[in-house]
Amino acid sequence: MTYTLFIILLPLISFLVLGIAGKWFSHKTAGWIGTLALAGVTVLSYYAAYEYFFVIGRDAVTGAFERQVPINFCWLPFFDQSLHFDMGILLDPISVMMLIVISTVSFMVHIYSFGYMKGEKGFQRYYAFLSLFTMSMLGLVVATNIFQMYLFWELVGVSSYLLIGFYYTSPAAVSASKKAFIVTRFADLFFLIGILIYGFYTGSFAFVFDTPEGLASYAQAGFILPLALTLMFIGGAGKSAMFPLHIWLPDAMEGPTPVSALIHAATMVVAGVFQVARLFPLWVTYAQDWMPVIIWVGVFTAFYAAAVACAQSDIKRVLAFSTISQIAFMMVALGVCTELQTGHEHVGSVGYMASMFHLFTHAMFKACLFLGAGCIIHAVHSNEMNAMGGLRKYLPLTHITFLVSCLAISGIPFFSGFSSKDEIITACMAYSPAVGYIMTGIAAMTAFYMFRLYYGIFWGTENKELHAAHHPHETKVMTWPLVILSIITVGVGAYTTLAGFGMFEGYSFGSLVSADGQDYRIHFDTTVALTSTIVAICAIGLATWIFKGDRQPIADKLYATFPRLHRWAYKRFYMDEVYQFVTHKIIFACVSKPIAWFDRHVVDGFFNFLAWGTNATSNGIKTLQSGRVQQYALVYLVGIILLIAMLLIF
Amino acid sequence: MNFLSLFVLIPLLMLLGLWLAKGVKAVRGVMVVGSSLLLVLATYLTIDFLAQRAGGNTAEMLYQASFTWFEPLNISYRVGVDGISVAMLLLSAVIVFTGTFVSWKLSPNLKDYFLWFTLLSMGVFGFFISIDMFMMFMFYEIALIPMYLLIGVWGTGQKEYSAMKLTLMLMGGSAFLMLGIFGIFYGAGGQTMNILDIANHTGGAHAIDFAGQCIWFPLTFVGFGVLGALFPFHTWSPDGHASAPTAVSMLHAGVLMKLGGYGCFRIAIFLLPEAANELNWIFLILTGISVVYGAMSACVQTDLKYINAYSSVSHCGLVLFGILMLTTTSTTGAVLQMLSHGLMTALFFALIGMIYGRTHTRDVRLMTGLMQIMPFLGVCFVIAGLANLGLPGLSGFVAEMSIFVGSFQNADTFHRVLTVMATCSIVVAAVYILRMVGKMLYGVCTDEHHLKLTDATWEERFAVICLIACIAGIGLFPSWISSMISDSVAPIIDAVKQAI
Repeated sequence: MTYTLFIILLPLISFLVLGIAGKWFSHKTAGWIGTLALAGVTVLSYYAAYEYFFVIGRDAVTGAFERQVPINFCWLPFFDQSLHFDMGILLDPISVMMLIVISTVSFMVHIYSFGYMKGEKGFQRYYAFLSLFTMSMLGLVVATNIFQMYLFWELVGVSSYLLIGFYYTSPAAVSASKKAFIVTRFADLFFLIGILIYGFYTGSFAFVFDTPEGLASYAQAGFILPLALTLMFIGGAGKSAMFPLHIWLPDAMEGPTPVSALIHAATMVVAGVFQVARLFPLWVTYAQDWMPVIIWVGVFTAFYAAAVACAQSDIKRVLAFSTISQIAFMMVALGVCTELQTGHEHVGSVGYMASMFHLFTHAMFKACLFLGAGCIIHAVHSNEMNAMGGLRKYLPLTHITFLVSCLAISGIPFFSGFSSKDEIITACMAYSPAVGYIMTGIAAMTAFYMFRLYYGIFWGTENKELHAAHHPHETKVMTWPLVILSIITVGVGAYTTLAGFGMFEGYSFGSLVSADGQDYRIHFDTTVALTSTIVAICAIGLATWIFKGDRQPIADKLYATFPRLHRWAYKRFYMDEVYQFVTHKIIFACVSKPIAWFDRHVVDGFFNFLAWGTNATSNGIKTLQSGRVQQYALVYLVGIILLIAMLLIF
Repeated sequence: MNFLSLFVLIPLLMLLGLWLAKGVKAVRGVMVVGSSLLLVLATYLTIDFLAQRAGGNTAEMLYQASFTWFEPLNISYRVGVDGISVAMLLLSAVIVFTGTFVSWKLSPNLKDYFLWFTLLSMGVFGFFISIDMFMMFMFYEIALIPMYLLIGVWGTGQKEYSAMKLTLMLMGGSAFLMLGIFGIFYGAGGQTMNILDIANHTGGAHAIDFAGQCIWFPLTFVGFGVLGALFPFHTWSPDGHASAPTAVSMLHAGVLMKLGGYGCFRIAIFLLPEAANELNWIFLILTGISVVYGAMSACVQTDLKYINAYSSVSHCGLVLFGILMLTTTSTTGAVLQMLSHGLMTALFFALIGMIYGRTHTRDVRLMTGLMQIMPFLGVCFVIAGLANLGLPGLSGFVAEMSIFVGSFQNADTFHRVLTVMATCSIVVAAVYILRMVGKMLYGVCTDEHHLKLTDATWEERFAVICLIACIAGIGLFPSWISSMISDSVAPIIDAVKQAI
């Protein structure tokens, strides 16, 4: 399967071509170069997935999908302990699934951007950066070792920086991009330290723990692995916007909307989840005691982000917080997974599959939501919800696809989000009913704020003033990706719902991706499924009751009754201000400034003092060389007398 | 005639050519021909060196040649190179070559400027090919003096003060160094100045006793460390760089500061292994401070050159840090860092110089939105910034990762804590780089004068592209150069480790 190399090379080539020669291409050519490269990647990824799952298939002996490493070479040798930094391609169920997710969403975004970015200055640059991002993200998921993952991890970070700051003339975009890069870089520091520990104690950076023997070979490092894994998890938490490192993601919405769909909803932000999943066998075997860290960080983030999402007015911010909350669901699902062996008697292993499944479904419907938001913003030229309202007449396709995705994220049966979220809650229930009920509650909040958003955009009072000046409309190139993504959402949803309720026996997501690679057929736990559906429907009902009307007396009354709560949620509980204080008032003002002063005045002052001292001494001595004979004679005489005196005394 | 001597001979001929040259065009012609020849020579040397190594030539130093120069003190003109010096020669050749193009339109007295510039590069090349301590010291001094004139005459701002300060501080370092060198010479028996002989106890040299080593090690390390911006002897660097003309900053930060790291390794560590093992903790603390302290200071500077100078303090601190960690990986990383920092910082100074030449200010607060006005320079500036903060695919990443992985091989708490401290610098680097890029390039240009500025000229583009190509080349394909360096580093580090 050496051809998988082209999955990474194609976007790299397209990046180089567009990056170096972009300005000589017309917008159209540049867009086509990027999109064709991505089309190639998509075809190759699908073919690779087909070959991996169905041609090579399961290993005859173990019954699991074996990992394939078509390419692996030493990129940079380290000379102690025979460590080396490899580059290569590793195909296993989760990386193949990620290939599908990334290439699909990225391809949709490439097409969509033709419409969204039309006529923008820097169109070529935009496509170049998209290619760079896609290349890095693909490289990240197929990494054969933790260092390669880190390398592409950093590249993903920088492409995100470049794309958030795409509109570099806007100060908000510039500071958002800076913030995103620095916050994630700060988290990556821990990742790096984790890698150093991991490499030193295990003697290798490679992922070789897919077999029981491989896993057992880490035993001698078992004592330090929890620390290494937790440090790496901090890196993952930074990238995946877990509390308290989430602050960059809402600001990242300053980037072009398709970018938000691709990077800040579907792919890059799940890198942290992917990292935990990749190292999962180690977590379960050696660091089980530390896994509650993942769970509680996840639970708190999910709740916090959902609470904030209920109060935001900028539609992209609502979606951003919803993304944070949903990624936290995936994290929690990984955290509650306590064993590797799958099967219906091993309920502890459902979390892993559920997490990956949710990653897949979330990528599709969240990308659809963001792209839909892009259409809306494109139509009304504003991000604010109060500039919208009643748009369902003007943007029919956007409306329907948006609704489908909202139903999916709320967890309504026959939509993809239902199946995956249901599995997550089942896994949580198996771990601890407390976590299960909390997550059900947060799922209800999700349904509530998503429908608040939906009604705010498509129903309610029309903003006549705005529409008079500019007739909102949608373009084909932008609606097609929405349709495709919502077809996937409905198709996957309907299929898995029917299969999950036992309507027919067939493959399910668990047949392809599961904790130990064995075939795991999803069957819903009826109680959980029923509870979460009822809760979701109630939440949607509540949102309909409050937000559907032209005027919203209940919502206004709520704001009036709890002004402080609303304000705190709207201000994201002042987390940004806390960061601002720590960085500017403490680190800059109390560390950097004094250091700079110390350097200029104390250290440098010392050397200037030396120079001054030498000068002063010279000036002092120079009077001895006056050229006056009398003075010389005097000195001569005094000297002689002193010498004689000394001779006499000693 | 040994072809390594060409590295000294070509600059000498260039000096002659420059002296005879009439008119700006002839001067430029001599420089372009000469520096291209040097670049070709360095490339050829690299290829041939790799071929010889691949062919199984495992001699410590290749292409050795020697003839006696001053009998009573056993000083010889003795040359030879290993992987480390080859890498440094290649770096110097690239910087001299691009520096020529960056100084293309310098005025006044282009001819005099290039004379000193060439003399400086002769010193640098001579230093890297020497394996005789005294020759090394002599070439080192040859490289220092032109710096004084180059900054004092062609500089900007407080140029006399900066030139004087820089020269005096480096001369102060030389004084320590000279003491150290003679200490080593007599400590080893006073029979030879040859580095290899002293290290291997051949040619009449015997082991230097431990008490002596403990005196000479700090002297030589500080002596070279001053040039490598070792805290607290780094303060010449911000002022010196700020006042120096562009190409001189490039050569200075790019190559001259590397003389420090190279010398520390080649003389202090290689010749005084017991003391290096015993006393490295003192300097590890100092370099650890350099790394974080330089980065932190860079965060609040407003002058572009000061930002880069402090960032150099941080990055050069990492070079010495890697060397002092005394593992093969970290030392290889340190040499890679010299190479990478040399290219990166040269690129940075070149770009800063080009921007300063247009806007006539280096204050980041006074510039906004330059990206729209000079897109080429802006994009290159961003690339330089990303290289500086260690983006994968560019050279800094490779070097930093080697240093960190290598440093981490020391399993005690002291080394671990310092390593973690040093890794923090990569976050701080992101802060000062992005702050600078954000303030200067992004946003909308509001200054009327800046609106009329033009983008880079052809010779500027050429120089910048060469540097970026080298940075990306090392960043994308690091393994050959890293292996070349480590081949030469490993025996030395093994010897040092055995000396305990």
